[in-house]
Amino acid sequence: MDATIQILILAIPLFMFLLLGLLGKYLSPKIAGILGTTAMGVVTALAYYTAFNYFFSGDPNFQREIIGEHGETVVEHLQYIVFNPVWLEFYGNLHINIGFMLDSISAMMLVVITTISFMVNLYSNAYMRDHDGVYEKGFQRYYAFLALFSFSMLGLVVATNIFQMYIFWELVGASSYLLIGFYYTSPAAVSASKKAFIVTRFADLGFLIGILVLSYYTGVFSFMDFTSAPVEGLADTYHISLDTASTVLATKFAGSAAPMFMGCSVLTWALVLIFMGGMGKSAMLPLHIWLPDAMEGPTPVSALIHAATMVVAGVYLVARLFPLYLQETTALEIVTVVGAITAFYAAMVACAQVDIKRVLAFSTISQIAFMMVSLGVCRPEYHHGVGYMASMFHLFTHAMFKALLFLGAGALIHAVHSNNYTAMHGLRKYMPVTHWTFLIGCLAIAGIIPFSGFFSKDEILTACGEYSIFVYIWMSAVAALTAFYMFRLYFLIFWWKEHKVHDPHHAPHDQPWPMTVPLIFLALVSCVAGFINFGDFVTYNGEQHTFDLDWTVAGISLTVAVVSIAVAAKMYMKENPLPDKMAAALPRLWDWCYHRFYWDELYMFITHRIIFGLICKPIAWFDRHIIDGTMDAFATVTNKASWSIKGLQSGNVQTYVWIYLIGALLLGTITYICLI
Amino acid sequence: MNLNILCYLIPALIMFCCGVYGFITRKNMIAILISLELMLNAVDINFVVFNRFLFPGSMEGMFFTLFAIAIAAAETALAIAIIVNIFRVAKNIDVREITKMKF
Repeated sequence: MDATIQILILAIPLFMFLLLGLLGKYLSPKIAGILGTTAMGVVTALAYYTAFNYFFSGDPNFQREIIGEHGETVVEHLQYIVFNPVWLEFYGNLHINIGFMLDSISAMMLVVITTISFMVNLYSNAYMRDHDGVYEKGFQRYYAFLALFSFSMLGLVVATNIFQMYIFWELVGASSYLLIGFYYTSPAAVSASKKAFIVTRFADLGFLIGILVLSYYTGVFSFMDFTSAPVEGLADTYHISLDTASTVLATKFAGSAAPMFMGCSVLTWALVLIFMGGMGKSAMLPLHIWLPDAMEGPTPVSALIHAATMVVAGVYLVARLFPLYLQETTALEIVTVVGAITAFYAAMVACAQVDIKRVLAFSTISQIAFMMVSLGVCRPEYHHGVGYMASMFHLFTHAMFKALLFLGAGALIHAVHSNNYTAMHGLRKYMPVTHWTFLIGCLAIAGIIPFSGFFSKDEILTACGEYSIFVYIWMSAVAALTAFYMFRLYFLIFWWKEHKVHDPHHAPHDQPWPMTVPLIFLALVSCVAGFINFGDFVTYNGEQHTFDLDWTVAGISLTVAVVSIAVAAKMYMKENPLPDKMAAALPRLWDWCYHRFYWDELYMFITHRIIFGLICKPIAWFDRHIIDGTMDAFATVTNKASWSIKGLQSGNVQTYVWIYLIGALLLGTITYICLI
Repeated sequence: MNLNILCYLIPALIMFCCGVYGFITRKNMIAILISLELMLNAVDINFVVFNRFLFPGSMEGMFFTLFAIAIAAAETALAIAIIVNIFRVAKNIDVREITKMKF
């Protein structure tokens, strides 16, 4: 198969990054914006073509028919290596490749990334201008960074080996850093970008150690060696195989008898460390602190990077290595616990935030935690591994509706020049398009039939129910909170009370078409995406499977969501003192939610008081006083000695003669005495 | 009159000590130069005397003395030139005052 299209998918964004980054200042902002958007449009078309080809062409490289458990014919999606050249060769079979792997989840991610990226590129053409149409400073740089991000993210999802994934993982981190700090004159943006970079770098340290441990004990990097087996007769095609994972581990670990470290097998440690990288990128507790601050970046960037694509990289990582995780269910249990706690925590905090982007940020954390839990509770024996499918399904639908909500928030912020809902109240009449699309996004995330979030969340809850009734109840509570805080936000923005228009000539209004078209498109996707039978595309082992909706679970979650929305409507639809009364009734809880359970303060305490105060300061004292002191003492002694004897070097010849004469006489005398 | 070697060496020694004394104590550069010449001439006398009394058959001491006189003349000319130049710049030839190039 010809690889030109796949090469172009990676090459075009990279080229645009170089072009706009290096020559941006010679281009007018308008040209740069059109160029970036067009290029991304082309990449989107190519990615759609690739994904369509992969799922529907029936090419033997992409799918085959096998006999299922009950004797029926099942279509299985295969993994196809489009290209995979060696990039770095160390020795023997230890080498790093940069390649392009096409399988069901990477094809799905290609669609998600390019769609959102294209929408954001289009949207930014209007967003990054003020009301008079003047482009923001650094507009070309912004598009260059967007292209860099698209390149890195696409490279991440098509990685053929864990090292390539790590490289692109760092690249998305770098482009996220650059885009959060886009307004580099604002101190808040600068510190937010540094915070994001440092926190995720710290988590990536775990990822790197995990990779090293895993590859040290198994001797391989490639995903195909971990999770897949070759398909007979086809050179570049593999199928997902849980047996490979177990045989690889059995043979590789047999010699050392599954080495243990601190009570867990080395493999568990490796997988937990790799998951730590995912926790950093996906903002799981306790490494979530960077994501709310990352909202300092431009809003379309939040939609692209910090809601739809980059932050789900952690979920994607676990999904990619899922057959390995299945070998060590301890690691999966950790994933479940971390995800469940994070989901609840973030949902609680989202209920008390004032900044609408912060609410959406915490909502993102909570929804990603949903995906994590869904992966954590997935076992092949539970209903054909429904959790894996549900997680990827939710990733897909969440990317669409969360990008929609963020872009809607961007339109609102652009209209009223404030991030706080207190400046918005009652905007529904002024911005009808934004209002309706935002409402669709809220209904989707709340899980109201027939919007996309209902279906994916329902599958996740089904998976939780299969695993444990406790997890099911816990996650249902989170779903209820989700519906509540989203509609609290919705009512506070669009209802509550009449909007106060300060200047009748500049009343808030819907934005120009580059901003409304993405909203309408994403809203349409959120309306219909739920009806996709996702099991046809993505399952944990690649075999197609039809998952039926469990109407008991669906009915319960629908009831819960409707009740939560009703409560939110009661509290926030019309201006009333009820919310203040409730906050006053539970002051402790309100304070803790409002201050995000004091996590930032805790980090400040740990870093400043404990690490800086108790470790760094003594070390600095030792360095300054003991090490520097020794060196200073040498210098001071030499200096003092020189000063005290420099009088001898008077420059007066007569003194020298005196000294010489006395010396010569002394020497003569001594010689004379000795000779006698 | 029978002159022995000491009759020559003792005046040379006195001359030399006068030269040393003058070199150390005088402030005027010209005086210092004269003291220097005095020491040099004392040494020249020693050369000649030792040649005359210890090795009467050879003439090397005499020749060395002639060379030393020639070199001393050249050296004096040079020193005088330096002193004249110093005087032009500093209007002074007192060695204790000429400290401009000292650190």
